[in-house]
Amino acid sequence: MDPSALARFEETVLPHLDAAYTLARYLLRNDHDAEDAVQDAYLRAVRHFGGHRGGNTRAWLLTIVRHTCYSWLRRHKADARAIEFDETLHSEIVVGDDPEAEIVLGDLGEALNQAIDGLPVEFREVVILRDVQGLPYAEIAEVVGIPVGTVMSRLSRARRRLQRALPVEDYGRN
Amino acid sequence: MSCETLSDKLTGYLDRELDEQAAGEVEAHLRQCVTCSAQLEGARRVRAAVQAHLPPLRAPERLRDNVRAMLRTQASRAQPRRTWLPTWAATAAALVLGVAGGWQLATWRGPRGDGSDLATEVVAGHVRSLEGAHLTDIASSEHHTVKPWFAGKLDFSPPVPDFTPEGFPLIGGRLDYLGERPVAALVYGRRQHFINLFVWPSRDSNALPAAASRRGYHLVHGSAGGMTYWAISDLNESELSQFAQLVATDLGHGAAHP
Repeated sequence: MDPSALARFEETVLPHLDAAYTLARYLLRNDHDAEDAVQDAYLRAVRHFGGHRGGNTRAWLLTIVRHTCYSWLRRHKADARAIEFDETLHSEIVVGDDPEAEIVLGDLGEALNQAIDGLPVEFREVVILRDVQGLPYAEIAEVVGIPVGTVMSRLSRARRRLQRALPVEDYGRN
Repeated sequence: MSCETLSDKLTGYLDRELDEQAAGEVEAHLRQCVTCSAQLEGARRVRAAVQAHLPPLRAPERLRDNVRAMLRTQASRAQPRRTWLPTWAATAAALVLGVAGGWQLATWRGPRGDGSDLATEVVAGHVRSLEGAHLTDIASSEHHTVKPWFAGKLDFSPPVPDFTPEGFPLIGGRLDYLGERPVAALVYGRRQHFINLFVWPSRDSNALPAAASRRGYHLVHGSAGGMTYWAISDLNESELSQFAQLVATDLGHGAAHP
C-alpha cells in the first residue's frame, strides 16, 4: 500500500475502531474473539481499501466487520459445542430459544443482556446498530445488505421480542 | 390504516425515520387506537432500556496498538523483501511486537537475573522469538522434518506432535535456552496467533496443566511422560488451555509407547 493511501486509511477508517469493536463485541459476546475479529477485519479492510471509492466509510467498515464476525460464528459453532462447559467462560451466557422463558432476575441490565443474547443474530444486529450505535436506517440497510423496509420490520420484531422477555414493571425506570 | 399495516411503521415513527406524510398517517391512527398507542409506548421503553444498559464500547488499547502495528507492516510491504515466513505470519509477528516490543528490552535481564523466574524467562523467550527473523530454526509443518532436526542439538529427543486436525498447525521448531538449559521450542499457529511450546525432560511426576498470565500473555505449563512443557501465547486462555491439554495427552502417550 502506498504511503498516501495508508495516510487516507488512517484518517478515514481508523477513527471507526470503537464502532467496529462495539459491533463485534455484541455479536460475538467475548472480548478476545471481538479483538481478533476486529483485527482481522482491519486487515481485510486495508487490503480492499483500493476498492472503496468514497461513500460512507463507517458503513463500509462495519460491513467488513459484520462479515468477519459471521464467518467467525460459522467456523466456531462446532468448536463451541465441543469445548467443555467452563464456569468463567459461560456463566453469563444462558441463552434460551424461547424469548418468553421465565426470567428470574432482579437486575434489568442482566435481564436485558440475556434477552439480547437470546435474539437470533439477524435481530440482534439491527438492535445493536440502531439502539447502541445510533445508525440511521439507511446505513444499517447498507451494512446488513437488506432494504430499509426490512430494517424497520426486523427492528420492530426484535423490540417486541425484547419487550416480552423483560420484566413488565421494571423496564421503564431508567 | 389498519393496526397490522401500522406495526412496522410505528417503529419507524418512533425512530423518526418516516417521511412527513407517513408520520402524519401514523399520528392520525394513534389518536384513535389505544392498542397501537400502548404498543408505541412499550417500544419506546424497550429502546430506552437498551440505550441505558448497553453502552457503545471503547476498543481496548491493545487492539488499537495492534491495528496500528498492522498498518505499519502494510506500509513496509510496498518494498518487496525476502522472508521465510508466510505473509500472514510476518504480519502476526509484527502485531505481537507492536504490543510487546516496548517493554521487552527493559525487563529482560537474562536467565536467573534479578527477580526473574521461569515464567518470566518463558515470556522473554516468546517475545524474543517473535522479534526478528528467529521464530524458527527449522520452518516446517511436517513433524517428520522438525523432529530429526533436533538430533545432535539437544541431549534428548523432544516429542514433536502435530495438532493440525485440532486447529493448531505446526509451524516449525528452534533451539532455545531457559535457565541456561537448552530446550526444544516448537511453534504452532492459531489464526493470527503464535504459540511457543517449550519442552525439556524432567523428573517431575505428572503435573496437570496450570495456567498463569504475565504481561498480557497466557501461559500454561505442566509435566507429562517425563517432560516438562510450557506453552505461551497472546491467544485467549481458553484456547491455549485446550492446546495444553492436547500436549499433555500427547506427551503421556509418548511415554507409554516410546
